[in-house]
Amino acid sequence: MALLEISGASKRFGAVTAVDRVFLSIERGEFFALLGPSGCGKTTLLRLIAGFETPNEGRIVIDGTDITAVPPYARPVNMMFQSYALFPHLDVAGNIAFGLKQEGMPRQRRAARVEEMLALVQMTGFAKRRPHELSGGQKQRVALARALAKMPKLLLLDEPLAALDRKLREETRLELMGIQERVGTTFLVVTHDQEEALGLASRIAVMNRGELVQIGTPAEIYERPRSRFVADFVGAVNLFDGRLINAFNALALKVAGIDEPIPLPEPVNLPVDAAVAIAVRPENMRLSPARPAGFALAATIVSVGYQGGQSTVHLSTTSGRSLRTHLPSAAALGLARSAVVWVSWSPSDAVVLTE
Amino acid sequence: MTGIGAGLRRFLIGLPFIWLMVFFLLPLAIVAAISFAESADAIPPFKLIWTVANYRALCSGCLGAYTNSLALAALATALCLLVGYAIAFAIARTPGVWRQLLLFLVMLPFWTSFLIRVYAWIAILQPSGLVNRLLLAAGVIDAPLPLLYNGFSVTLGLVYSYLPFMILPIYGSLARLDESLVEAAADLGARPRRVFLDVILPLSLPGIAAGCLLVFIPAVGEFVIPDLLGGPGTLMVGKMLWQEFFDNVDWPAAAAIAMALVVMLMLPLLVAQRFLEREGAA
Repeated sequence: MALLEISGASKRFGAVTAVDRVFLSIERGEFFALLGPSGCGKTTLLRLIAGFETPNEGRIVIDGTDITAVPPYARPVNMMFQSYALFPHLDVAGNIAFGLKQEGMPRQRRAARVEEMLALVQMTGFAKRRPHELSGGQKQRVALARALAKMPKLLLLDEPLAALDRKLREETRLELMGIQERVGTTFLVVTHDQEEALGLASRIAVMNRGELVQIGTPAEIYERPRSRFVADFVGAVNLFDGRLINAFNALALKVAGIDEPIPLPEPVNLPVDAAVAIAVRPENMRLSPARPAGFALAATIVSVGYQGGQSTVHLSTTSGRSLRTHLPSAAALGLARSAVVWVSWSPSDAVVLTE
Repeated sequence: MTGIGAGLRRFLIGLPFIWLMVFFLLPLAIVAAISFAESADAIPPFKLIWTVANYRALCSGCLGAYTNSLALAALATALCLLVGYAIAFAIARTPGVWRQLLLFLVMLPFWTSFLIRVYAWIAILQPSGLVNRLLLAAGVIDAPLPLLYNGFSVTLGLVYSYLPFMILPIYGSLARLDESLVEAAADLGARPRRVFLDVILPLSLPGIAAGCLLVFIPAVGEFVIPDLLGGPGTLMVGKMLWQEFFDNVDWPAAAAIAMALVVMLMLPLLVAQRFLEREGAA
């Protein structure tokens, strides 16, 4: 049985549908990410699970119990807020013990649990500090400890890394994964940062305009996006929009401005003239000075952006289409601006998108 | 602050100090000096001889007025806190435009003269006033209730007049309260009552402290309300001061009454100041 089962949950604010008939099932022990652009409804979905909002339709079941109408204080769910929401009038220990006090845990056991939680987030010795005396990273740890102290069945994390600077974010990401593994609690994280979702989660649900558009492992989401939206939102992508035609005894994609039809990576069960797109990740594109065998596009180099280990090369085809590729910086060294190169990719690296 | 000369800057910073010196500290020093003088038949009506006789007389003569003042002011402050907190809480929970309207209504009475508003209470409370006539007509009472010229009417007047000074600072601290703290408390298992006691109330303490000071301190020295609404049983310090100064023309006695009041009010002020400083740091 799934730990969290959301069936057909919708939430409307006036004329705006923030969450639109969402079905989602999360297993025990998963590190699950809800990924989407701001305003896609992911935070509202999180608030529905926490109980701060009530769905207009649908049911939310945790561990076999329908909690749709249960108030937040009675749900086996705790949340780490994006702003951390630490109580400014309580010290670190008081913050972590807050939930334990509410459930009437005796003082000594409470103190022991607080110590345990402080050790978990490596904040031993900070028990007497007030929130305003902590750095952003330390606040984040205390917020995590406070949310985990009651040992919830499900921990909700609202943009857990958004407020941290880049270096700290990477460290904290690893720690968060380590902590999740150690406590075994199911984590549900909401983020707009695709890198964060890909790096943290064992499974991702991509959300757009209140709907879940794709659910899968990070690799599935990245390598096999099912729609233009997912391909474009998760990572960079080169999209070729066109219509199917018959060529070389097989279907191929005719794209305006590109003379040769683009071969499809796999046979598709679609009629001729269907509108589809082919998506190719920048790192899957090869550049060569001479025309390679098979399908290739002539393009001019517009710019080479050095980023350390890898470089981003922007190209423009003869018909003016912009392309983007990622190359190891060593390979990009010989590329000069305005040089003409041939762009190709192995058909299996391309993804056919119908949505 | 570049572009402003050092002299001008010193002047701008010094201005409030000069103001306080000339219009606050100096008059206070004069009053303090007069409180140690002896009443005399002269102009001005005192002779500086450095005696503590005025203070000694204070202990024997006006103790009742002081305790009366402190008790009535404390009662009025407590009632203001109860009523004011509820109103401030309701306003802070009201959305958008309505909130502005309610705040406006809280401040609206200030547009009418304070004196007129206190007089209006006489018309409402007197034996042939609005309340008694309504109660008589409804058959609830057979004879008019003694609502005026007693502790009740003075307390009512104080609460009515000073309520906005309680509401506004409490509203201020409640409006500043981060809603996610309330949600975090609920999320951690706090029922609405515990959310209030464990999070909202402690975080609004600075507003409560400020409101209590703003009500209590002027209420202790209040003169108009006990004079208009009070009776023989509600002699307050303000009234005594008036009597000594104008009726008895005993400036030193009046000054001693005033100084004793200042010293007495300094204590809660200092306590509150320390408290607000600590909270401000948090």
